[in-house]
Amino acid sequence: MSKKLPSVDAVMVGVGWTGGILAAELTRAGLSVVGLERGQSRDANVEFAFPHIRDELKYGIRFGLMQDVSRDTLTFRNSADQMALPMRQLGSFLLGNGTGGAGAHWNGQTWRWTPYDFEIYSQTVKRYGKGAIDDGMLIQDWGVTYQELEPFFDKFEHTAGIGGTAGNLQGKVQAGGNPFEGPRARAYPNPPMKRSQLGDLFQNATQNLGYHPFPGPSANMTQAYTNPDGQALGACMYCGFCERFGCDYNAKASPNNTVLPTALATGKFEVRHDANVVRVNMDSSKKRAVSVTYVDLITGEEIEQPAEMIFLTSFTFGNVKLLMVSGIGDIYDPVTNKGIVGRNYTYQLSAGAGGTITGKDFKVFAGAGSESVVIDDFNGDHFDHTGLGFLHGGSISASSTGARPIQSNPGGSGWGSAWKKAAAAAYNTSVGIGAQVASLPFRQNHLDLDPTYRDAYGHPLVRMTFDYRGNERKRSQYLAEVNVKILTEMGAKNVAGRSVPEHYTIVPYQSTHNQGGAIMGMDPANSVVNPYMQHHQVSNLFVVGASSFPHNSGFNPTGTVGAVTYRLADAIVKRYIKAPGPLT
Amino acid sequence: MSETNERRNFLKGLGLVAVTVGLGRPGLVEAQTAPPPAPAPPAMEMAAPSDTSTAYTYVFFNPVEIAFIEAAVARLIPKDNLGPGALEAGVSYYIDGQLAGWYGEAGRWYWQGPWQQGTPQQGYQLPLKPSEVYRAAIPRINEVTQKQYKADFADLKADQQDKVLTGLEKGDIDLGRLPATTFFAFLLQNTKEGFFADPTYGGNAQMVGWKLIGYPGVQPTYAQIIEQYKTPFTAPPMSIANFTDDPPHSH
Ligand SMILES: Cc1cc2nc3c(=O)[nH]c(=O)nc-3n(C[C@H](O)[C@H](O)[C@H](O)COP(=O)(O)OP(=O)(O)OC[C@H]3O[C@@H](n4cnc5c(N)ncnc54)[C@H](O)[C@@H]3O)c2cc1C
Ligand code: SF4
Repeated sequence: MSKKLPSVDAVMVGVGWTGGILAAELTRAGLSVVGLERGQSRDANVEFAFPHIRDELKYGIRFGLMQDVSRDTLTFRNSADQMALPMRQLGSFLLGNGTGGAGAHWNGQTWRWTPYDFEIYSQTVKRYGKGAIDDGMLIQDWGVTYQELEPFFDKFEHTAGIGGTAGNLQGKVQAGGNPFEGPRARAYPNPPMKRSQLGDLFQNATQNLGYHPFPGPSANMTQAYTNPDGQALGACMYCGFCERFGCDYNAKASPNNTVLPTALATGKFEVRHDANVVRVNMDSSKKRAVSVTYVDLITGEEIEQPAEMIFLTSFTFGNVKLLMVSGIGDIYDPVTNKGIVGRNYTYQLSAGAGGTITGKDFKVFAGAGSESVVIDDFNGDHFDHTGLGFLHGGSISASSTGARPIQSNPGGSGWGSAWKKAAAAAYNTSVGIGAQVASLPFRQNHLDLDPTYRDAYGHPLVRMTFDYRGNERKRSQYLAEVNVKILTEMGAKNVAGRSVPEHYTIVPYQSTHNQGGAIMGMDPANSVVNPYMQHHQVSNLFVVGASSFPHNSGFNPTGTVGAVTYRLADAIVKRYIKAPGPLT
Repeated sequence: MSETNERRNFLKGLGLVAVTVGLGRPGLVEAQTAPPPAPAPPAMEMAAPSDTSTAYTYVFFNPVEIAFIEAAVARLIPKDNLGPGALEAGVSYYIDGQLAGWYGEAGRWYWQGPWQQGTPQQGYQLPLKPSEVYRAAIPRINEVTQKQYKADFADLKADQQDKVLTGLEKGDIDLGRLPATTFFAFLLQNTKEGFFADPTYGGNAQMVGWKLIGYPGVQPTYAQIIEQYKTPFTAPPMSIANFTDDPPHSH
């Protein structure tokens, strides 16, 4: 028998960006909110303090801030004919854990996805016909458009103090910005990042080639900034310990220094740490979620927390797992094409080019998570795909995030005196640029529950089946060629392109951009939640975050995660509280 | 073991005392506009040579393993005209410390069966913890070298040791049920980690790994230099200990 607590207005399962945004907006509207977070309490002022946060081994290599996979992980296989095996160590992606979730240690590259993304199916059919869609490819419209999301992109950018150069202000293309972006009502709240020498070479080379470079939008503060909620952030010092680390200058916008203190200041928000949610409990009608049950990781006790509204804000794998283990909705079966939970799992493909440039002082040790110059010419449907044999594309950038010596692996995989020499020579002369490449959904790529392996609480692990299907690799190869062209124009020698390997591997880090499994849409036949991320059948249950994305763009996800989450918060505060029920 | 003495002398020559450098903590709640003061030169140049009474005592490796690991890291990153190698940097101490701690115990790894070998894409699936990988491999390697050269790995000539290491790397040496390539991957990865991790972990003594490649380590800020394409960054490298308030070891 689990202990039952008094009911609250809303419960957040997980306290990262999504849980934090909702907690801030709902408490401000007067609701009582409890955040249940499996990780331990984390005081950024203590834990991210200089100099101890500048420890590459502890945070960058042993993943000190991330999920403890001894308790919960997932199993993985490339295809249904393999036995899925557990991901025994973190690798391909680094899942968040503790106050702020992955937002505590992200890079901060904060994108508005392209208008095409939200209407990918209808725009593709309109321009290229149905025949352009690969067999088994499950792209679909999201049920929400860029225009509808614009005010919420704006809201997230101002909360998180994004620095950048606008490319399209109210329909007018702006010099120096991204001409392909959707129209924005107003400029970024902060100016763009400083430009490293690598970025400068990229800027000039892409201009020479007729492309449209611009500074990557950044959640690393480009100047001291106070957001509309009164939260003050410091200026970025380009310290080179950004991705995988907390920020010792309080200069990286994170839930910890924006939405969480805003929510806590209302006195209506309680974060309960060491609380691992294991189940969502439904009433007998199966139309209403009544509570969540969590394991108190200090006592081992099971505790039931009832709430009027339940928000799953536990990232893609947590959200999908909780739906599945709680028996909410049917699990997708790629053979019969029946069921819906777990469908449309996507990742992030990549491409790039590497080479050598000597005689320049790149200062590769310096940099920030979002220090980049980018082109968007080959993303979305910004270029004609006729005859290319693939859809979508990717953004290409030169990023200076700080080359730390273990992770950057200077000199490659060798050893001996030859390796030493190569490492000493390569560290400041080997250069790379890269693309974040879209990942489109396929029938065979999905999440379900593993029949064999279990987590520390006795529940099945999520099982991932994922590989590059259809023409996915062509997109990566095409972008690799563009990367080669640019790096060559930058003056590099020994230029080699890089596209995704034949099979996806869970071993080396690629990105923590995991989408889908509880996707949004207008039609309950092909989506789990509506475009507000409200469950189609259980209207007081909200499944929030990139789990709702029907595909992945050629950009990082969190700008768009922020926008859809603010849109949900707005609908709850303005409409749902007054009249609970399906949001239309 | 002359190499060990060489290493001790090297460390002694450089001195092991860390001197605290007074510096404001940049991690404050308030929005911060001004960067912290420029770092003072690193401790080692001001430090007096210490006595060697703080010499490392191995806690994980046994004597046979100590001989192996010291010899192996000395070949993987040798001392040469570019400077000290892994042995001089204390990398064998680093690996010892790692294997004695939670890393060696596969801490925070998923450790439930059933155990089954999968595809390379599925990652490490052996039921052996990192510490156990070393413990399983080293005696077996000595068996192999005893057979071929009538000596333990540690007592071979440098070029013979290199041959053995290459054999492990390529998987040409048979370690029985443990794939040689698995052991070699751990050994090389851990050696480079130790050479490049903050000196606080016992390797990278006097930041020799960082100096080799020109990595300045822990610097409060690069905001002023990131757009200086022509002016080199000349501040000496710094490590975490250069900024801590902990009292120095001696005084
Ligand atoms: C190294 C790194 C770099 C990144 N860089 C970028 C970038 O530059 N740009 C970008 O757009 N995105 C980036 N991302 C991705 C970005 O961090 C995420 O998209 C974002 O933080 C997701 O927010 P979230 O609230 O959905 O999930 P999370 O931040 O993952 O929060 C989920 C929380 O739920 C908790 N939780 C999970 N399951 C349970 C449970 N059962 N019970 C209780 N609590 C639970 C977790 O502990 C976690 O704290 C990066 C990610 C990483 C790891
Ligand atoms: S690079 Fe900037 S934002 Fe990132 S951790 Fe360093 S100071 Fe903070």
